[in-house]
Amino acid sequence: MSLVFAGVCSHAPGITGRKERADPKVRDAFYASYDRMRLALEAAQPDALVVIAAEHFANFFMNNMPSLCVGMGDAYEGPIEDEAWLGIRRTRVPGTPELSKRLIEDMMRSVDLAYAQEWKFDHGIMVPLSFLTPRYDLPVIPVNINCQGPPLIPLTRVWEFGRALRRACDQAPERIAIVGTGGISHWPATPDSGKINEPWDRAFLDKFLDNRRDELLAYRDDETWREAGQGGFEIRTFIAIAGACEGSTGELWFYAPIPIFAVGCTVAVMKVT
Amino acid sequence: MSLYAVQKLIYQLNRDPATRTRYQSDLDGLLAEYELTPEESRAIRAPDIGLLYVMGVNGQLLMHYAALCGFEWNAYIDAMKEGERKYGPVRTGLYSRADSRS
Repeated sequence: MSLVFAGVCSHAPGITGRKERADPKVRDAFYASYDRMRLALEAAQPDALVVIAAEHFANFFMNNMPSLCVGMGDAYEGPIEDEAWLGIRRTRVPGTPELSKRLIEDMMRSVDLAYAQEWKFDHGIMVPLSFLTPRYDLPVIPVNINCQGPPLIPLTRVWEFGRALRRACDQAPERIAIVGTGGISHWPATPDSGKINEPWDRAFLDKFLDNRRDELLAYRDDETWREAGQGGFEIRTFIAIAGACEGSTGELWFYAPIPIFAVGCTVAVMKVT
Repeated sequence: MSLYAVQKLIYQLNRDPATRTRYQSDLDGLLAEYELTPEESRAIRAPDIGLLYVMGVNGQLLMHYAALCGFEWNAYIDAMKEGERKYGPVRTGLYSRADSRS
């Protein structure tokens, strides 16, 4: 079949771990947008969900850090974090190793990838899954883009990864959904946690939703770091989705800064044509 | 490169239950396996979250280590702020450039 769904959403651990401390009105509207995304995902009837995330030293460390890694496991366990801290029960998430392998082999024709048959999910994947596949019954293929610290993969290469993923999906008989999850501007795990640059976020989202390739790829990491924090490096997850949806535009279903969640909370869906 | 070692210790503590068990039962033996400076050993033993932050430990590692040590969210944020007051600006890594803050 091919790609049947594409979207982006936030994954900050506070979204589930500190939910009782947020303004209920804004929080509930945000949660409702995740739910709308879940319904749209279910309506697309995917056989598998590729989650393009930025993991946070759950599996990969500076001894052997891949820029791009794709999971190829039978199953995955998460969250790696304390269940009470994250507000998500530990569970087993099914993988789909044969499909993973086919996608990886196809993508490798144009991009260099690492693969992993072991992978513990952290909040970067578990927070979105807790909303989008709350029964954890849809096979997942995790993707990690190193967004934690330099050296970081250039945005042009992330775009090419997105295109390669799309090409691989289009070759597969399965119905495949993709969700990117990250930033946008934020200063997580620092004394500035809760700081959010809303104008920067909205400018980025305009470019993302219009899928203006050249403008997206013109972001520079030093400027992103200054204006959007080190968490802003996670725009890579959005850019991968934009690359996979080259030529299509998207629709913003939710954006609001929620400081106790430490991020501008975002849900957006791309048209898949 | 010593910052690498203390970060690797925290990485293992965050993800590996066996390392956490040794942290409780054989801290001296565990720390001896990592090439830590005396200051890093002190910061882990205390634990001094503020000092680890100022040393330049990546926040995504430190956040989970602080939770493991029982720091509630606000206490964890306050510990980093206190670290900056007590030990000065972050010395190296992602958070070290003074113009990052406003």
